[in-house]
Amino acid sequence: MLDVQKIRKDFPILNRTVNGKPLIYFDNAATSQTPQQVIDVIVDYYSNYNANIHRGVHSLSQEATDAYEQARLKIQKHFNAKHSYEIIYTAGTTHSINLVANGFSSLLKKGDEIIVSALEHHSNIVPWQMLCERSGASLKVIPMNENGELILSDYDALLNEHTKLVFVNHISNALGTINPIEYIIEKAHAVGAAVLVDGAQSCPHLKPDVQALDVDFYVCSAHKMCGPTGVGMLYGKEEWLNKLPPYQGGGEMIAEVSFEKTTYAGLPHKFEAGTPNICGGIAFGAALDYMNTIGFENIAKYENELLDYGTEQLLKIEGLKIYGTAKEKTSVISFNVGTIHPYDIGTILDKMGIAVRTGHHCAQPIMDFYKIPGTIRASFMFYNTKEEIDAFIVALKKAIMMLS
Amino acid sequence: MTIEEVQNEIIDEFSMFEDWEERYQYMIDLGKDLPLIDEKYKTEDNIIKGCQSKVWVHANLEGDKINFTADSDAIITKGIIAILIRAFSNQHPTAIIEANTDFIDKIGLKEHLSPTRANGLVSMIKQLKLYAIAYQTQLN
Repeated sequence: MLDVQKIRKDFPILNRTVNGKPLIYFDNAATSQTPQQVIDVIVDYYSNYNANIHRGVHSLSQEATDAYEQARLKIQKHFNAKHSYEIIYTAGTTHSINLVANGFSSLLKKGDEIIVSALEHHSNIVPWQMLCERSGASLKVIPMNENGELILSDYDALLNEHTKLVFVNHISNALGTINPIEYIIEKAHAVGAAVLVDGAQSCPHLKPDVQALDVDFYVCSAHKMCGPTGVGMLYGKEEWLNKLPPYQGGGEMIAEVSFEKTTYAGLPHKFEAGTPNICGGIAFGAALDYMNTIGFENIAKYENELLDYGTEQLLKIEGLKIYGTAKEKTSVISFNVGTIHPYDIGTILDKMGIAVRTGHHCAQPIMDFYKIPGTIRASFMFYNTKEEIDAFIVALKKAIMMLS
Repeated sequence: MTIEEVQNEIIDEFSMFEDWEERYQYMIDLGKDLPLIDEKYKTEDNIIKGCQSKVWVHANLEGDKINFTADSDAIITKGIIAILIRAFSNQHPTAIIEANTDFIDKIGLKEHLSPTRANGLVSMIKQLKLYAIAYQTQLN
């Protein structure tokens, strides 16, 4: 069981007020809040052992290096990667995706095909479009149905011997749909294609096992799972990471340098040019510790209760339509009320201390599918409560009244 | 009336409200009353970039004064643009270019003035001033 009142005490920000009202933070799918345990790790780093890593002979550098590499082991363990060097630190999901997309540009040729899903975030579409422009490969899209679920029979039909890479998010940021990535991976492998899964929205809610999934690449950001911004990871199978060329040149990523020839460092350093976000990496590890202490089973169970309760309460409101009604979804509710613009509702809710996201959620193709300008998105984390949902419903009704 | 006089009139009206609810309700009502732009001007070209909601603005010159019409698909945004248009319409281009917009702060809408705010109030002001610059050039 999860003791939400005890958990809430870990998050100092949940005590603040916004526009004179207690903050109700329902924008977790954009970024999650940070517990004191993680804040303490950040403060401790800068207070006690801030130093550059991997190259100093002195004690501080060694301490920082140890903590940074210790965090990599935590990430490895969390995702059950076979080797710690299959975990590459990045600046976040978008950076991870670009790293892979850039690497594939040297592996693709004209006539090759990349498959993405209709449920993608912009950051997941643009790098592939750029890759296709560079390599002459073409981009295919797995369509979705009215519930916001991918149409798997269409996916099957898109796969062929030209398919080189399949890219799909584990969970849609706009709708909360949990995609059947096990099926997607298995089918892609059957035609010899690699699979990259965007776990930005899934990692806060479930614990992926990259070996069990047999996924080739899996990426996520720390800031959506109680960690700091500006750090994330790329998991890649060793064989794939060896095939990809380095992304950026710089310190740390080289073995030997002369003006005639440079040889690159081995994994993971080949992809970690320059001084990384050291504190961020260490805090990422602390965030995983924090979430694992609560337990992902407890988190999933509790968040499902919030999702069911929130859905039930919202549907009582006349004229309210929820977008994304997949059977398998996480605690994200995207909705509109009648013809009221989502921006108007978001503005009024903010005046009452409630943070939601409004707009197209960087997923314009999904909005085009539903022929709407955007939605209001309430996304819950394990530190949210049913009482907050009640207050949100009251505020929402007031906003509707003012705007009608 | 000069732009400043209109702005002072707006400040007076808003000073009667006691809390945000009354202010926003008034803005929403202003939005509903906004003189609508002719449908033919609701083109992609007339959309102001930088807004989360769609905002269309059209300007035309009558004598040496500019008249603005506008619309938006979001009602609060419409209210904001109604206030702006009321201050800037039927004014000489030079007066529009030189006008300051501190009154937005004084009517309690300061939060909308942030350049990163998704409603793009800053973009709207810029667009109205760009029209003024264009017409001033024409008048000269």
